[in-house]
Amino acid sequence: MDCYTADWNPLGDEAYYRKLDLYSMAWDIKEAGLRDCLVAAAPYGGPIALLKPKKEKSPSSRPVLHIYSASGVHWASTLWKNCPAVHLGWTASEDLLCIQEDGSVLIYSIFCEFKRCFRMGNEVLQNHVVEAKVFHTEYGTGVAILTGANRFILATNVDDLKLRRMPEVPGLQKPPSCWAVLCQDRVTVILLASGQDLLLLDNTSCSLVTLPGMNPHAGSYLRMAVSFNYRYLSLFTDTGYVWMGMSHLKEKLYDFTCNLRTPPKQMVWCTRPRSKQRAVVLAWDRLLLVAGNAQKGIEYHLDEDSYLVPELDGVRIFSSSTHEFLHEIPESTQEIFKIASMAPGALLLEAQREYEKESQKADEYLREIKEQDLLPEAVRKCIEAASCEQDPEIQKALLRAASFGKCFIDKFPPDSFVETCRDLRVLNAIRDYQIGIPLSFAQYKQLTIEVLLDRLVLRRLYPIAIKICEYLRLSEFQGISRILAHWACYKVQQKDKSDEEVASAINQKLGDTPGISYSEIAARAYECGRTELAIKLLEYEPRSGKQVPLLLKMKRSTLALSKAIESGDTDLVYTVVLHLKNELNRGAFFMTLQNQPVALSLYRQFCKHQELDTLKDLYNQDDNHQELGNFFVRSSYTNEQRIEGRVASLVNAVDEYYKAKNEFAAKATEDQVKLLRIQHRMQKEEDKPYLDYSLHDTVYNLILDKNHKRAEQLYRDFKISDKRFWWLKISALAEREDWDELEKFSKSKKSPIGYMPFVEICMKHHNCSEAKKYTLRVAPEQRVKALILVGDLGLAADAAIEHKNENEMNLVLSKCTAASDSSVANKINCAKAQILKK
Amino acid sequence: MASPGHRDAPELPDFGLLKRLARDQLVYLLEQLPGKKDLFIEADLMSPLDRIANVSLLKQHEVDKLYRVENKPAHSSSDQLCFLIRPRIRSVKYVADVVNADKATGRTRKYKIIFSPQKFYTCEMVLEEEGIYGDVTWDEWSFYLLPLDDDIISMELPEFFRDYFLEGNQCWISTVAKALHLLNSLFGPFTRTYGIGRCSKMVHEIWREVTEESEGDSLGRKPEIGQVFLLDRDVDYITALCSQVVYEGLVDDTFRIKCGSVDFGPDVTSSDRSIKVLLNAQDKVFGKIRNEHFSNVFGFLSQKARNLQAQYDRRRGMDIKQMKTFVSQELKGLKQEHRLLSLHIGACESIMKKKTKQDFQELLKTEHALLEGFDVRESIGFIEEHINRQVSPTESLRLLCLLSITENGLAPKDYRSLKTQYLQSYGPEHLLTFHNLKRLGLLMEQVPGETLTAVENKVSKLVTDRAAGKLSDAFSSLARKSNFRALSKKLGLIPRVAGEYDLKVPRDMAYVFSGAYIPLSCKIVEQVLERRSWLGLEEVIRLLSGNEFIATDTATEDNPRDFQRIILAVFLGGCTFSEISALRFLGKERGFRFIFLTTAITNSARLLESMIETRA
Repeated sequence: MDCYTADWNPLGDEAYYRKLDLYSMAWDIKEAGLRDCLVAAAPYGGPIALLKPKKEKSPSSRPVLHIYSASGVHWASTLWKNCPAVHLGWTASEDLLCIQEDGSVLIYSIFCEFKRCFRMGNEVLQNHVVEAKVFHTEYGTGVAILTGANRFILATNVDDLKLRRMPEVPGLQKPPSCWAVLCQDRVTVILLASGQDLLLLDNTSCSLVTLPGMNPHAGSYLRMAVSFNYRYLSLFTDTGYVWMGMSHLKEKLYDFTCNLRTPPKQMVWCTRPRSKQRAVVLAWDRLLLVAGNAQKGIEYHLDEDSYLVPELDGVRIFSSSTHEFLHEIPESTQEIFKIASMAPGALLLEAQREYEKESQKADEYLREIKEQDLLPEAVRKCIEAASCEQDPEIQKALLRAASFGKCFIDKFPPDSFVETCRDLRVLNAIRDYQIGIPLSFAQYKQLTIEVLLDRLVLRRLYPIAIKICEYLRLSEFQGISRILAHWACYKVQQKDKSDEEVASAINQKLGDTPGISYSEIAARAYECGRTELAIKLLEYEPRSGKQVPLLLKMKRSTLALSKAIESGDTDLVYTVVLHLKNELNRGAFFMTLQNQPVALSLYRQFCKHQELDTLKDLYNQDDNHQELGNFFVRSSYTNEQRIEGRVASLVNAVDEYYKAKNEFAAKATEDQVKLLRIQHRMQKEEDKPYLDYSLHDTVYNLILDKNHKRAEQLYRDFKISDKRFWWLKISALAEREDWDELEKFSKSKKSPIGYMPFVEICMKHHNCSEAKKYTLRVAPEQRVKALILVGDLGLAADAAIEHKNENEMNLVLSKCTAASDSSVANKINCAKAQILKK
Repeated sequence: MASPGHRDAPELPDFGLLKRLARDQLVYLLEQLPGKKDLFIEADLMSPLDRIANVSLLKQHEVDKLYRVENKPAHSSSDQLCFLIRPRIRSVKYVADVVNADKATGRTRKYKIIFSPQKFYTCEMVLEEEGIYGDVTWDEWSFYLLPLDDDIISMELPEFFRDYFLEGNQCWISTVAKALHLLNSLFGPFTRTYGIGRCSKMVHEIWREVTEESEGDSLGRKPEIGQVFLLDRDVDYITALCSQVVYEGLVDDTFRIKCGSVDFGPDVTSSDRSIKVLLNAQDKVFGKIRNEHFSNVFGFLSQKARNLQAQYDRRRGMDIKQMKTFVSQELKGLKQEHRLLSLHIGACESIMKKKTKQDFQELLKTEHALLEGFDVRESIGFIEEHINRQVSPTESLRLLCLLSITENGLAPKDYRSLKTQYLQSYGPEHLLTFHNLKRLGLLMEQVPGETLTAVENKVSKLVTDRAAGKLSDAFSSLARKSNFRALSKKLGLIPRVAGEYDLKVPRDMAYVFSGAYIPLSCKIVEQVLERRSWLGLEEVIRLLSGNEFIATDTATEDNPRDFQRIILAVFLGGCTFSEISALRFLGKERGFRFIFLTTAITNSARLLESMIETRA
């Protein structure tokens, strides 16, 4: 480990750069190498796409598009049948963009599955695309093309396509020597170089710009590079001069002059977040140059054709056999590993080593750190340095040192240590060449674990994704459930397995995991044309609310209806009912409803308010004569105004009631028709409102109006019971205060209701003398009550005594007031005493 | 009275929280429509709103004028109209009319509908059909629960009864489930749930689903309610149909308690104006008599009057200082008590007057005869006379229904003749009323040629057959037999006491019906709570056509803490004050506290009125 710094190369006084080996590439492209290939490598350790060039003069052989992991593991390939491609690039969600000569952009998944395609405008068809670039802004992934007519066309977000045709560049006769897309204040602009001129092209205009601190004799521009974060810009001129500055073009950082004047194959920035050091990496055929804030750059020899991939915190360099990572050595690593460093981190690492050797020196080192009160700092640095290392052995050594140092600090918060250990465990796992995602710690933090999981899912690496979730103890909703759901969505696409197999496999694995939406999986199955599988999967969906929309989409309306009813959610039922109403013809719609009473009754309720005719049709369809009868009866009260209409409606009702074998209702309605007609006639003749009285009230009013003949007529016609007739007649007569008529009536024949009601009705109208007339005719058992009612306590007492009824006597007694009725009271008490004696 | 198991009653949770939640949400919703606006309120939301927020609160949030949603066009000059309505088609159409009238005159304003407690899909359908879907915005005011008293929470949804039990419309089920979920998350988690009835079962299922979907929001809190009992109204119609004789029930039957308050008219207040009185536990006088049998109330009130007088009289021997404290501390309370006392005495007098006039005693006698099942012919005669004399359409109907349920339907001859009589008295439109009652199983015709016992046997067989046959379950109430007689026998609903039933010191829940009948619903609750399961009640369940369930949350099971003795009794389709009194009595006996959650407070009149078809 002493030679740890052997591969450190200084750039200037402060910065060191090193190349780390990531992989020996697994691919077998030794013969052709990368030369002449279209290459695209996605950032954040993403996949690599290679489009092998078409062999000249053999039109039959077509180029092949290959996609590999960052470690060179072959994932997929496809024969290129389209128009020649100009440029390849990856979107932020790891879709491959293939920009073709004719201006169409094809989008492929990482497994070479064609997803979709869009065009960069029609004018490109003739002019062809000369050059294209893929760029990333906060709006998403964008594409910029340069046409044969030297025009630029821009699309800032391929997922929300809006083409921007940039204005013409005045005086531009030939293609610019180099250009780049810049992002300034949320506006994407194009910087292009034409000879010695530098032009800035925005939406509306094109302006000449000069760079601050530019060497006036530098010559014309040949190469241009924008940094990963779009903040820095570098330019290479034909004198080998490199200008490095801010991308807003207002500040120069450094400049550098190369020995080589030929333009490099690639020029990219090598930066690191939160570092003051910035450098540009230039690659020629066999030379790699790192130029920065120093007189002299770092030179590496290249054995093979190499390709540079700028990253957040460095540059990846891959060739046909190797894959390396070039980066500036972070401060903490520098501190610890710089030769003869006395920084606290370095001392701590040393202390731990000595401790392991059981040497007392450990104590000395530790003391030295503690004396400066720098132990927490030392631990932090060790943890930080560990996170920047690729080699697990060094990671371990540093973490061990940190852990060792931690023991001597009170209350050192454990989070950073534990988190770093966990994260490194994850990073080491995914760096494995089988997985092939060489993320650095900084990139991982930038990407977030959620996106990393997404990317694993995208690569169909479900098991490791789940293991990571378990290991990091992510909540099921965020973690395992989501991954299982993705797995299931992938599973349903496996056409070689039967519906049963797939459904049960999915259910077995997913079970009742919370957060799993079977309906989403089913929706995917349906998209793949597997309706039966979708229905099977929906069976596992516990929430009916989620089942219904998909079932409707799959045209399983009846099933949807039963599911909606099962859910008990009436809104859902209505949704389906309305859907059915629009989808089916009326007859079929009604038939479906007939089989679902809940839905039917709901729809009926709606119809009652909104569509009365439909309601009738519904009953008709079902031969529901009872309800039809009710319907007509109701409408005779509510809808019809004219008497003819009302009668007609009732006649219809009679008809329906007979059909329903409800004779009672039919008869009652017939009677009502009869009554209505009579009432109508009377109303016209008498000019008094009779309509809508009940039979009872009609007769009552007739008597009130002294129309006894008609009253008798109705009494007979409608077979009114004697009791009712007597009740109503005496009430009406009493109300009219026709006491003579009342008496006459009482004598007409024997009262079916007795004579007590006569007494009561007279008293109700405060006619005591009339009431008394009837007391004699009241049945003996009620006579005492009657006499009390008319207030003749004396007679009441006599009657009670005559009956020898103690209850009655008590009743009379209770009505006696001390002052006025003392004689009566005495009489009763006497009688009671006599009864007792016997 | 104290039974061996008697313990101190546990404390009730504070339901004021529910009011505060509702008020805050309303304010939020009003603020969503900034600026001055006129508020249109659905008539039957007025009283509940009144209990939550007063006019000044509405004014504070820029409500300018208040209107009632009715069948008249609105004349509002405001540029913003806000409608606070129930999710009914009728009400949405009202809004549509207002909007369309504005459109016709070329006027543009902002319209916002606030649906309480939730919006239904049908509302959107109507908005769409009326062509104003894009013109209005809407929100939901999740005002599910209105605490009427310390132990009564009402959803104020009287239409629940008709919608579900008659029309088979299940739209309110999820509303109840959400209300339960709310209670569960605020005062739960409940550890045990019992229930009987189809509706209860559905509510329970949906409630569980809702809970599962929003898991975790009730964890870590101290539960305040232990057990829940859900009960469908159609399990027991009898109790709801009986005349109420406990004071609170009697006040409800006579004056109609609306949203926890009652309007005492001039005959009660003995002045020329009505007084609105809030009836709840805060009213010290009412609190003492609400659960008492009416025959005890007068005695209590006169005793109270004497006590009050005595307290007033204490003034006499006082010196200045004592007098000062008396005036400053006690007098106000005494005056308040005095006022309430005179109101309740007035109410009692008014009740006495009304009830003696219509031969209330006769009526009760008939009711009791029907419950016990003797002298049926005589009862029929009484009912007939009742109808013939047009005493009251609902009362007549009530007696008819009681007769039908207790006798398992009417003999065909009686059925026809009584119905004819009824139509002649009260009008032919009641043909539809009878149809409704038949669907509900409230007024049925006996199957010809069967004696009562034969019917009983056959029915019990039928019920099991049906359960096996999975008859279209939405209308299982159709042709449903009541089996009242058998249930009564099985559960001992008619107490057999030697001598007079002492109403002053009741021995069981029958006191709420003068000792003649123990309310079936409450008896079921008692039996199940006693057994902590439905075991041993198989026969009863069969007679009630099943649909019983029990669910326990094993995590907190058998924790003998106080909250376990607090039981939420949920009545789907309404609950009567008699039932409330009976269960309060049961709670006192057994050391429970009941909290009542009902879709609405009901009584026989409300129940039947919701079935009556009018010519409107």
